[in-house]
Amino acid sequence: MNAVFYLSSILAVAATVMVITQLNAVHALLYLVVSLLSLAVVFFTLGAPFIAALEIIVYAGAIMVLFIFVIMMLNLGKESIGEEIHLLSGKMWIGPSLIAAILLIELTYIMALAPNQELGQTIVGPKEIGVALYGRYMLGVELASFLLLAGLVAAYHLGRKSQPSDEQQ
Amino acid sequence: MAQIPMEHGLLLAGILFVLGLTGVLVRRNIIFLLMSIEIMLNAAGLAFVVAGARWGEAGGQIMFLFILAITAAEVAVGLALVLAMFKKVKTLDTNVLNQLKG
Repeated sequence: MNAVFYLSSILAVAATVMVITQLNAVHALLYLVVSLLSLAVVFFTLGAPFIAALEIIVYAGAIMVLFIFVIMMLNLGKESIGEEIHLLSGKMWIGPSLIAAILLIELTYIMALAPNQELGQTIVGPKEIGVALYGRYMLGVELASFLLLAGLVAAYHLGRKSQPSDEQQ
Repeated sequence: MAQIPMEHGLLLAGILFVLGLTGVLVRRNIIFLLMSIEIMLNAAGLAFVVAGARWGEAGGQIMFLFILAITAAEVAVGLALVLAMFKKVKTLDTNVLNQLKG
């Protein structure tokens, strides 16, 4: 199980690096799906099988399909790749990478200071999650449903065909 | 079950988060910006799950569920905005969005 965790961690990091360096949006999206699937394996090894399933169903299934639909609707061709090459010069990577590296070193330093702890040996399954979710965390569920409703209304409002009255403005 | 130190799980979350941050800072294509935000939110969720696994409790995984809901709402609104932007300026380059007047 240890080897599985480290292997899928390396896979997730490598796929994520490919996501942020790709020029073609569809290729980047497929690498992101690989990253999410390997992260699902990581969740499984951490004793969270329910979250691993949700990661595949909701992230790799639903959200990535939304992205693919939008990229297909935009109908990006070869010229968009040319545009990306124009936008992504090598020098642009230096500053942000430096900032991110400093942040990562700080995080590693803080974690190195903490006492060494093994992860728990328990598998927390769907039953425990369901009991806690509809018990202690009920308010959070209600708030999440409000948020999703707001997202639905906003997406509908932004995506609707423009009315004649909008054109005059 | 695995004998994984908690630091390694958190370190993975940290690496993924800074990769997403680098993506947000470097890329100018709005689709890639949204994807990088996905990576960052996912890394935050991983940190919650690792912390939940440390104590063997469901709380961390429930926080991941909430992050999932937030991500779904964010992506729906974000992609609708991408479509609206593309209809208006015919490009995904965020550099053209430098004036407040639409």
